[in-house]
Amino acid sequence: MKTSFKLNGKTVQVETPPDATLLWTLRDDLELTGTKYGCGAALCGACTVHMDGMAIRSCITPISMVANRSITTIEGLSDDNSHPLQKAWIEEQVPQCGYCQSGQIMQAAALLQTNSQPTREQILAQMNGVICRCGTYTRIVKAIDRAAQNV
Amino acid sequence: MEDLINKIPKISRRKFVIGAGGFTFLITTGAIWPKLSSEDKSAGEDGITAWVHLRSDGKIVIYNPAAEMGQGSKTALPVLIAEEMDVDWSTVIIENSPIITEIYGSRAFGRQKRMITVGSRAVSSYFESLRQAGAQARYVLLYNVAQKWNVPIHELTTDAGVVIHKSSGKKMLYAEIAEFAKSPDKIPEIPTEQLKKPSQFRLIGKNIPRVDIPSKVNGSAIFAIDIQLPGMVYGAISRTPVNGAKPLNVLNKDSILEIEGVLDLVTLEHGVGVIANSMETAFKAKKSLQIQWSKGVKAENYNSIEAFEKYVSIAGDAGVKGRTIKNEGNTLEALQNAEKTFSSDYKNDFAYHAQMEPLNAVVSVSDDGSSAELWVGSQAPASARSAAAKALGLDESKVEIHHCYLGGGFGRRSMSGYVSEAATLAKKAGKPLKLVWTREDDIAYGAFRPMSVQRMQAGVDKIGNIVGWSHTVVGTGSRLMTSGVNTLFYTFPNQHIEMRNVDEGVRTKHWRGVGHGPNKFAIEAFIDEISIDQNIDPFEMRRRLMKNHPRALNVLETVAKMANWGDTPPPGRGRGVAFAERSGSLTAGVCELSVNKESGRIQVHKFWVALDAGIVVQPNNVLAQTEGSVNFGLSSVLSESLTFKKGKVQQSNFHDYNVLRIADAPESIEIKIIPSNEKPSGVGEAALPFVGGAVSNAFANLTGKRLRHIPFTPEKVLDALNS
Repeated sequence: MKTSFKLNGKTVQVETPPDATLLWTLRDDLELTGTKYGCGAALCGACTVHMDGMAIRSCITPISMVANRSITTIEGLSDDNSHPLQKAWIEEQVPQCGYCQSGQIMQAAALLQTNSQPTREQILAQMNGVICRCGTYTRIVKAIDRAAQNV
Repeated sequence: MEDLINKIPKISRRKFVIGAGGFTFLITTGAIWPKLSSEDKSAGEDGITAWVHLRSDGKIVIYNPAAEMGQGSKTALPVLIAEEMDVDWSTVIIENSPIITEIYGSRAFGRQKRMITVGSRAVSSYFESLRQAGAQARYVLLYNVAQKWNVPIHELTTDAGVVIHKSSGKKMLYAEIAEFAKSPDKIPEIPTEQLKKPSQFRLIGKNIPRVDIPSKVNGSAIFAIDIQLPGMVYGAISRTPVNGAKPLNVLNKDSILEIEGVLDLVTLEHGVGVIANSMETAFKAKKSLQIQWSKGVKAENYNSIEAFEKYVSIAGDAGVKGRTIKNEGNTLEALQNAEKTFSSDYKNDFAYHAQMEPLNAVVSVSDDGSSAELWVGSQAPASARSAAAKALGLDESKVEIHHCYLGGGFGRRSMSGYVSEAATLAKKAGKPLKLVWTREDDIAYGAFRPMSVQRMQAGVDKIGNIVGWSHTVVGTGSRLMTSGVNTLFYTFPNQHIEMRNVDEGVRTKHWRGVGHGPNKFAIEAFIDEISIDQNIDPFEMRRRLMKNHPRALNVLETVAKMANWGDTPPPGRGRGVAFAERSGSLTAGVCELSVNKESGRIQVHKFWVALDAGIVVQPNNVLAQTEGSVNFGLSSVLSESLTFKKGKVQQSNFHDYNVLRIADAPESIEIKIIPSNEKPSGVGEAALPFVGGAVSNAFANLTGKRLRHIPFTPEKVLDALNS
């Protein structure tokens, strides 16, 4: 099955089995491996990307659903780590193992797009679906606060 | 500094030296032979070691020997070399060292050198040897400049990448030395006393940004799961649901092979592998496999929840002889003569590592089968390589390992079974192959922190001093259950500590903090129970017990001060204190929490932590490790529970194996690192063991009820509140 969609600003076309998911299409066909596999069931958030600006879990998103939509992955957030969240993430030295961080940042980016000055409660509510096993939560909240100040 | 995106490390022994233009320091114990690299023999073949490569473009490459799994040693270890070599940190490039144990290993465990990143030992075990290597590299630079300028070597000093001759005012950049350097005949040993004093440190103890972080905010950091090779195929394995059973037959073999994209099936000792042309096809086919398993293995009658009853009875059975961990004085007599005695059982469930990157590895065998390459994130790369070699029937020297970032380790990635599997499937495929475990696979065939029962008994005299102490651990996991069972900083005149193991045939493994989590929980909560009964402040009780250990006492007193211990907590909140030691580090924590009496949910609001870890190489990273340890510990204390029924793991993904999420994390974790000139100790696990005790104690402080079984799920909390 052929599917066209916008990926990080450019139109791409992929040929996949009809039940292929966005996650593995991104990783294996389009070679954008920044989006991670963590659970395959929308439980951990490691695979979070944006579809038309909304945070979605790519591991349960069938490729057919993204036809003619606009997808943004961590690679498309900026060319040079210049997104306010990326800068804040570096300043706060957030990542540890780093595996979940693409998902964390994409989830946070979707939040700031709709709410540039989120409260702590709003941050927690928005970020609760993305697991960080290393326990960087404390710094994630700080980094989002910091980025919000610079948006 | 250059953008240090983790390149896929492609250093083989041969390429390592020949490919490196410039000047490499080849160092043995007590001697350095710097040579132009084109003349060098291959590193490793002469028992020579090479930590630093000085490039003629002015960059200094420092090789990192440890696995980077988020703990930050990829930055901290090179800092040790750079400090003594006195380099300008902005010129440093860090690359992973080749996996050559005899050269790059450390003696973290006994005399044998090993390359294994476990037990929070990376910085502590390399602290002397890497500073020594840096000091010797600096000596070689000075030697060469002394010859060049014809001045005595002792007249030369260095300052951040520059050699200086004070009296003449001459200066030379390290990069310039690469052009003419020759090897001195003899390199003096540089005794530890001549290494920099803490007051002279320029890099150690400062906050140097971690080199891996920029690549971890844009998706470019390479984990093994990200490796793509031309012509690569994909593997997934259906493993035995009950440990030890073997696959007898695949009942639907033909229909599996008919699935489009499925290339082959491979029968293994413990499962059946699928080789397919895409990851999703491999996963789907694996899930559809109908396998008949052998019967009669030990684990198949194991029900872990029921086993608690058995362990409790073993704990109380005087006829059972376990392994004595410590026996001082006469505990039995002390308990008999005590003014009052106490006895409590504490319990903990199995815990799963839940590292976010499921296990995986990529193996590519050469066309003629005579060599192979392995891409893996491993805490034990040498054993990973050896596992691949064994599976492929090759000599280890024929397997080249590319060491990738680890998406979490926590002990799980110190095992190499997943590497053997990948190699076996790749051999069968005849193509490069990536094996990935699904999350369900990762849980079902995990290796867990043991469940256990802790029988605690104690007796006090008339003024509440503990005169007898007995701690018996019963569970399945043998030595994994004994770490931390010893109370190194509490003085009990009579004590008996014993471990009674029941082999249930299930898989257990080191898990962040190992036995320290369950053991310190039992110890710290039990002391709290005794303190409350005796009307002694729990902090005061610990001060008494620690009076012979000023360093530990200082940690406890520091945290009490930070938390204003003794002040009444805000309304609706309780506070608890606990102390623990792990990997040589001393920690104490105070927890402040509230409880929702309807739902039974505990919310931890604050943690105050005091930490004495000796000399701290990367302070901000130590704070990060401490925050992470508290959150990881809290996760196991509040929600993590893995159970077996008829030998099968009952949980399958993050909906029923609950790890801490951001809303459950404390609002603040305030940490004080106690300044010290003692040798560094481990920080990757140090702040985990006290969490269980601190939470249980805070809960008791708030409600008057005692939680004695980890995890403190809402159900158990409601039971306790209604008891």
